[in-house]
Amino acid sequence: MKQLLSALCAGLLFGTGIALSGMINPAKVLNFFDIAGTWDPSLAFVMGGGLAVAALGYRLLFGVREKPLLAERFQLPTRNDLDPQLIGGAAVFGIGWGIAGFCPGAAIPALGLGYADTLVFLASLIAGILVAKGLKAHFFTAV
Amino acid sequence: MTEFTPIASLAGGALIGLAAVVLMAFNGRIAGMTGILSGLLPPQENAWQWRTAFIAGAIVAPLLMVLGGAAIPFRVPVSTIALVAGGLLVGIGVTFGNGCPSGHGVCGISRGSIRSVVAVVTFMATAFAAVFIIRHVIGA
Repeated sequence: MKQLLSALCAGLLFGTGIALSGMINPAKVLNFFDIAGTWDPSLAFVMGGGLAVAALGYRLLFGVREKPLLAERFQLPTRNDLDPQLIGGAAVFGIGWGIAGFCPGAAIPALGLGYADTLVFLASLIAGILVAKGLKAHFFTAV
Repeated sequence: MTEFTPIASLAGGALIGLAAVVLMAFNGRIAGMTGILSGLLPPQENAWQWRTAFIAGAIVAPLLMVLGGAAIPFRVPVSTIALVAGGLLVGIGVTFGNGCPSGHGVCGISRGSIRSVVAVVTFMATAFAAVFIIRHVIGA
């Protein structure tokens, strides 16, 4: 129960940050990528603020705690190899991001604003995830 | 045009970073939306409860802000076809790439993950290229 409450609080912080920062707005995201046109550099500040707080917070946290307050262990990715799936996947994601202006972390909070466009994107996003999960399971070795 | 909002964007980014630290401190989890959402879709991973709670919080927050009187700019300047095509590509891309801006960009880079650095540089580059081609080469 406490774990659900902390996850809910983290989600509230996340959604507030996405909305306040402007990441929630596809027009703003696409303008960030449009240096040759209607450039809006705001999203560099989102990344800067997020990285600064996360880097400092993680460092403090891992310095003083062996494990999380409400769980058995910190579940951190351990891989440090670079493989074609990582790079190819990231490349495809960037193209989709540039076409639609939504990323997963922005589209989920955008649901709270109640626009039909968000639902169209999210349905397609989920379809894409399911297709890719199926492809991964059948044609690629599990990682 | 959209308004340049360095202060609000910096503050919003800091909240996203804080969300990542809170989720790690209490639940021991990475606050990456791709991993959290994907874990709820079949084949499911264990522990759907905290994922659902995080997603519920993320959806409710902007709604509460609007109810509280905040104006949240939102405009979708692309067609429905672009939303569908973009959504499919994003879904496939983040699944093979193991993450999106929240997971790789905020959580990954701040931990010093080389995979995340490479992923972020790659998806930023292709996003800039896609927007340039769409807006200035094709002229859509």
